[in-house]
Amino acid sequence: MTEEALLTVSGLSKRFGGFVALESIGLTVNDGARVGLIGPNGSGKSTLVNCMCGTLRHEMGSVRFAGHTLDGLSAHERTRLGLARSFQLPRPFNTLSLADNVRIPLLYTVNARHGRTLGARAIGERCAELLHMVGLADKAGRLPRDLTQIEMRKLELARAMATAPRLLIADEAMAGLSHGEVDDILALLIRLNEQGVTVILIEHIMRAVMHFSQRLVVLVAGRKIADGDPADVVRDPDVVRAYLGE
Amino acid sequence: MNGTKFVLALLIAAAATFGAARLIDNAYVFFAGYVVLQYIALATAWNILGGYTGYVNFGTAAFFALGAYTTVVLHKLTSLPLPLMMPIGGIVSGIVGLGTGYLTLRLRGAFFSIATLALAVVVQTLITNWDFVGGSRGAYIIRPPQTPLLGIDYIQYLFLLMLGLVVIVLATARAIEGSRLGYGFATIRDDEVAAEASGVPTLRLKLLATTLSGAFMGMVGAPLPYYVTYLDPTSGFSLAYAVNGVAMPLVGGTSSWLGPVIGAILLGTLQQVVTVTISSAVNLLIVGLMLVGFVIVAPNGILGLVGVRGRRAG
Ligand SMILES: Nc1ncnc2c1ncn2[C@@H]1O[C@H](COP(=O)(O)OP(=O)(O)O)[C@@H](O)[C@H]1O
Ligand SMILES: [Mg+2]
Repeated sequence: MTEEALLTVSGLSKRFGGFVALESIGLTVNDGARVGLIGPNGSGKSTLVNCMCGTLRHEMGSVRFAGHTLDGLSAHERTRLGLARSFQLPRPFNTLSLADNVRIPLLYTVNARHGRTLGARAIGERCAELLHMVGLADKAGRLPRDLTQIEMRKLELARAMATAPRLLIADEAMAGLSHGEVDDILALLIRLNEQGVTVILIEHIMRAVMHFSQRLVVLVAGRKIADGDPADVVRDPDVVRAYLGE
Repeated sequence: MNGTKFVLALLIAAAATFGAARLIDNAYVFFAGYVVLQYIALATAWNILGGYTGYVNFGTAAFFALGAYTTVVLHKLTSLPLPLMMPIGGIVSGIVGLGTGYLTLRLRGAFFSIATLALAVVVQTLITNWDFVGGSRGAYIIRPPQTPLLGIDYIQYLFLLMLGLVVIVLATARAIEGSRLGYGFATIRDDEVAAEASGVPTLRLKLLATTLSGAFMGMVGAPLPYYVTYLDPTSGFSLAYAVNGVAMPLVGGTSSWLGPVIGAILLGTLQQVVTVTISSAVNLLIVGLMLVGFVIVAPNGILGLVGVRGRRAG
């Protein structure tokens, strides 16, 4: 008997009016994998994430995750099943402190899963821990408007991690970060992965992608043009052409 | 201060208010005080939806008047005591609030507000054409000859009921602020997409807010027929409720339960004074000017001016 993959996307298509943003995407991700998802700007990476996570509705195809068919489920239900994502353009809760920003998933996802397992004190400690992991510990009481764009990306990541996901999708969480910061976030994601969290990394920094990914998927203009071993994929003539022709 | 202590403090404040009014022993104090109390409860009810979740409701008058007209119906059909009519009015307005939430699921920002405005027009039209409650002619309510509480005038009785409702509404509002629900409401105000991604069931919470806010407005409106003794659609659906419902929280500050209280006491008292000294006709003009002034100069209201931040950080 073959075990079902953690995530199975099949025949997923998405249009914006007449524009085809995704065309019959198929993707399987096994439990515990580290997958890189790359593609030129506008190729549909974020749209794919939005469709998988329920932020956008797609016209055709289906998504299965952790044994559940997600089609028809609202985004918060998918989050509670263990599917988490960070937003490429940060969407912090602007009137809440940083600590409260990461408190929300603890209250509404972790504590909604199996009864209220975390008490107020445990939640407070976990908030501090999550902010510490992304290097925002000293800003716990601040509002998001006090953050730089880069810090907001880190907050995005912390908030997504706070949901205690089975699959974490980081949508360009490292854009604009310094060399050292990229390494820090990479190390964090790899550590998370070693703890059993499956990770999909959407990234433009090839150094990071190649270091991180055990498997690489390439989207171009809404189609998947390559999927496999990273070293092979980057030598694929179609991929080379897509990037050089950009 | 924890929840119990807060309720205790509210009860003491309420008792002191009633005691002070009794000491002054002037019917006018109760008449005017009732209106201010009514506005405290109404503004707080508005703020549960408008302030906490950010959905600006222009239909306050509809929810308020539905509570009042429920009382008219109950008065004609039953001999229920007023304290029982209030929750029934609350249920009626709460159901309409729930329906409003459902019908406006996909409406955000100004579109939601316009929909609530339309709701007020529809409800007023229905009531105006409903003969049983007096239609456009209005309905007379004859107060019972004596109050259930011995020794106090009917207006004092109404004042006391409204004081009790203020305690309930304020205790609820503050309990929401400090709870998981309050956090959930705040995420709806800030970013519904991010809220969903964090596991917040935004739809359910929004419906809860429209229902609860509407229900409290209905409860506030329920004693009105006994206060005015003659109710017609023009007074029940008065523009004053819609305008004050928005203006009082915004002037006081929407981030905390205290804001609507400050706004209601300030604007409510001001309007009472103006009614006596100048004319009730300029009331709304003054409220409107204050609203515009605050929106431009102090968008976070008086609370914002004195530096109170809504949610406790940390
Ligand atoms: N909400 C939207 N409405 C219309 N077009 C959109 C929307 N979101 C994305 N698109 C379009 O879909 C394409 C894919 O965008 P996106 O998924 O953000 O690409 P990527 O993340 O790979 O850079 C782009 O051409 C973009 O303009
Ligand atoms: Mg993108």
